[in-house]
Amino acid sequence: MNKTLKLFMGAALATAISATAGAKTLVYCSEGSPEGFNPAFYTSGTTFDATSRQIFNRLVEFKPGTTELAPALAESWNISADGLVYTFKLRKGVSFHANKSFAPSRNFNADDVLFSFDRQRVKDHPFHTVSGGSYEYWDGMGMSDSVKSVKKIDDYTVEITLTAPNAPFIANLGMDFASIFSAEFANKMMAAGTPEKVDSMPVGTGPFSFVDYQKDSQIRYAAFDKYWAGRAKLDRLVFSITPDASVRYAKMKAGECHVMPYPAPADLAAMGKDKDINLMTQEGLNVGYLAFNTQKAPFDNKLVRQALSYAIDKQAILDAVFQGSGKIAKNPIPPTIWSYNDDVKDYGYNPAKAKELLAQAGLSAGFSTNVWAMPVQRPYNPNAKRMAELIQADWAKVGVTAEVVSYEWGEYLARSKNGEHDTVLLGWTGDNGDPDNFLYVLLSCDAVGGGNRAQFCNADFDSLLKDAQKTTDVAKRTDLYKKAQVVFKEEAPWVTIAHSVVYQPLSKNVVGYKIDPFGGHAFYGVDLK
Amino acid sequence: MIAFILKRLGMVIPTFIGITLLTFSLIHMIPGDPITVMAGERGVSAERRAELEALLGLDKPLYEQYFVYISNIAQGDFGKSLITREPVLDEFLTLFPATMELSLFAALFAIGLGLPLGIIAAVRRGSIFDHTVMSISLAGYSMPIFWWGLLLIILFSVTLGWTPVSGRISALYWVDTVTGFMLIDAWMSTEQGAFTSAVQHLILPSIVLGTIPLAVVARMTRSSMLEVLGEDFIRTARAKGLSPLRVIMKHALRNALIPVVTVIGLQVGILLSGAILTETIFAWPGIGRWLLESIHRRDYQVVQGGILIVATMIILINLLVDVLYGVINPRIRHSN
Repeated sequence: MNKTLKLFMGAALATAISATAGAKTLVYCSEGSPEGFNPAFYTSGTTFDATSRQIFNRLVEFKPGTTELAPALAESWNISADGLVYTFKLRKGVSFHANKSFAPSRNFNADDVLFSFDRQRVKDHPFHTVSGGSYEYWDGMGMSDSVKSVKKIDDYTVEITLTAPNAPFIANLGMDFASIFSAEFANKMMAAGTPEKVDSMPVGTGPFSFVDYQKDSQIRYAAFDKYWAGRAKLDRLVFSITPDASVRYAKMKAGECHVMPYPAPADLAAMGKDKDINLMTQEGLNVGYLAFNTQKAPFDNKLVRQALSYAIDKQAILDAVFQGSGKIAKNPIPPTIWSYNDDVKDYGYNPAKAKELLAQAGLSAGFSTNVWAMPVQRPYNPNAKRMAELIQADWAKVGVTAEVVSYEWGEYLARSKNGEHDTVLLGWTGDNGDPDNFLYVLLSCDAVGGGNRAQFCNADFDSLLKDAQKTTDVAKRTDLYKKAQVVFKEEAPWVTIAHSVVYQPLSKNVVGYKIDPFGGHAFYGVDLK
Repeated sequence: MIAFILKRLGMVIPTFIGITLLTFSLIHMIPGDPITVMAGERGVSAERRAELEALLGLDKPLYEQYFVYISNIAQGDFGKSLITREPVLDEFLTLFPATMELSLFAALFAIGLGLPLGIIAAVRRGSIFDHTVMSISLAGYSMPIFWWGLLLIILFSVTLGWTPVSGRISALYWVDTVTGFMLIDAWMSTEQGAFTSAVQHLILPSIVLGTIPLAVVARMTRSSMLEVLGEDFIRTARAKGLSPLRVIMKHALRNALIPVVTVIGLQVGILLSGAILTETIFAWPGIGRWLLESIHRRDYQVVQGGILIVATMIILINLLVDVLYGVINPRIRHSN
């Protein structure tokens, strides 16, 4: 390249920076395109990052960086003694965003809450089927069964009645699908004959308002001046959609983005050494496990499950498979969740003990079995095939011959749900930070034939979980879940393998960023130095 | 000539039906369906699955789904994306200008460089220049696009800082979409420096996407030129005392270009398939990446509709090339 061209490019770059020096713009190199702009329709973090986490608020929200609930659009709430009626006092003076087709004439009130929930809940609501509406999380979190009614008491009071006491319910309201939309905007769009604009031109109360979306390329947001909790420190926020992890890293290095998600494990070492990059880390809200099919012999015998737990060298798996992006798991819930029982003692790597237990179970000659390995990569298991091979080798040392089996992902999920496996590798990422969202969904009797891949149904364990659902007293619930974790370890339906470690690279000039334990990326409170 | 065009057009219809059958059966043959992929570990209850299947029209038998698909296409309806719920045609039209812009510049790069290189290599046959061009073009032809793209990014964008890494324009410029062609939109925008930024963003992806066509054009031009240069009429022209430049440019090149034009036409398909990788590396919001992601998500409608539109375009371009071939080559025109 000759000198003139170089000069030309240098000059162009200089004008590029000076042209927009006035507005404080943060560029986030996101990993993919959002599926749409209504968080109630979808379940992917990519979509939530682009919608609920910047544009919307919920009645209650998780304190940034924690799984603890805090008031948001609801200033306070109380729960009736029988645990059935939740009364929310709404915040006053909250404005909605405006856009080309809409200027709000009133502030947020109970009508918006009713609209947002009834749209998902009531099958003949005029908006229920707009944009082909299917409400995956509303159904997935069992809201259809647990919510009996949503009533407006006055403009600033909403009452939700449940069908049965259900303590984790309040945490569901902090989830992305429970984002509050503007009923006024919806009515206006319905009257104009374009109701689907509610889902493509989102209007919320959040810290950033939606400006536009250039499909598969960029999403633009502007700070909302009238944000109820105070204007964001940034002026503009841009999501620059960059699907390849190495290209995202190249963009960070070239100064084209300030924050990127999901670095490639191979780049972590270089990022740690890079003086322009601040690499934050936290344990993810997930668990990777090996589930024994507890309804199939010989895994119906607790001794066999314990023996094979002793036979696995978890540290070797962590070193080989996670390369620093994981931590050994001893409980079925990650340590970032309240009620995590740190007193539980894990089965250490002890082949001699394993052989002894197998002998006790009458299997000293060993036996043949299989290990199912997922065909996809997940943070809780970046390479299931390699993990399965390591487990296979460990078990061979105690006389157990295991065959590694894999299927296409959809097939894998369906067959393991039916319990066709002997042992299966899988994992889970939490939704609402409640222990119930791991323990009940994955290990209760009700979840057998569903999320419960161990087909595990233990009366003591189950009654602890059920009791914990019935009380809203967090101290009591903590106690019950701690006990449940002890029963779990003793019964060993899973070998708990790892919790992922989330890495978050940021430019050095980004301040105030907090890693979200739910794996989201929110930019309120973030500033550029 | 008219008969020739009609004959070619007549062949388009069976090809078209073949493509719809092929894309429909291939995408349905891939294990997994959009609902399973969407639900993941969380799973979905049997009732909910039935509801969703009915909603998405997946509950009908396959042959019925195929006929619904075909009859909708006959009415110009390519269906709606199962994921974004936007009409497939709208999504295509939004993204196509980006692919077209990139392909156009890649083609300019390939032809603008490939033709002269091929001509010079042919004229100086056996020279160091010839050998160098031919070995480099062989290397270019065998280049894995993904690797080549990342290599150029690391060298020019990260190490030297000359070009931007990816995207169509710097995130600092908020250019409104008017035509969908970033160069035009940036030119019309009031943001100072936007146009330069758009040009800079085009450089690396055009080179990466244009590399294979460049190699093909250079090699094809060279061999075609060599063949023509050996013909009797060239000897006659030389014997008449015409200047070497005139012999090459007027007499040889015109004849040598005939097969090159065909090859360039065929490169359109290569450009579009190369676009899948190039667009992924450079985060270029075009149809290549769109189709790839739709396959991952098992978005049947987008895959079927999108591939059909792309295939139709390739068929039309090939038809155009055939016709053009007839126009520039009288031998073909007359024999028909």
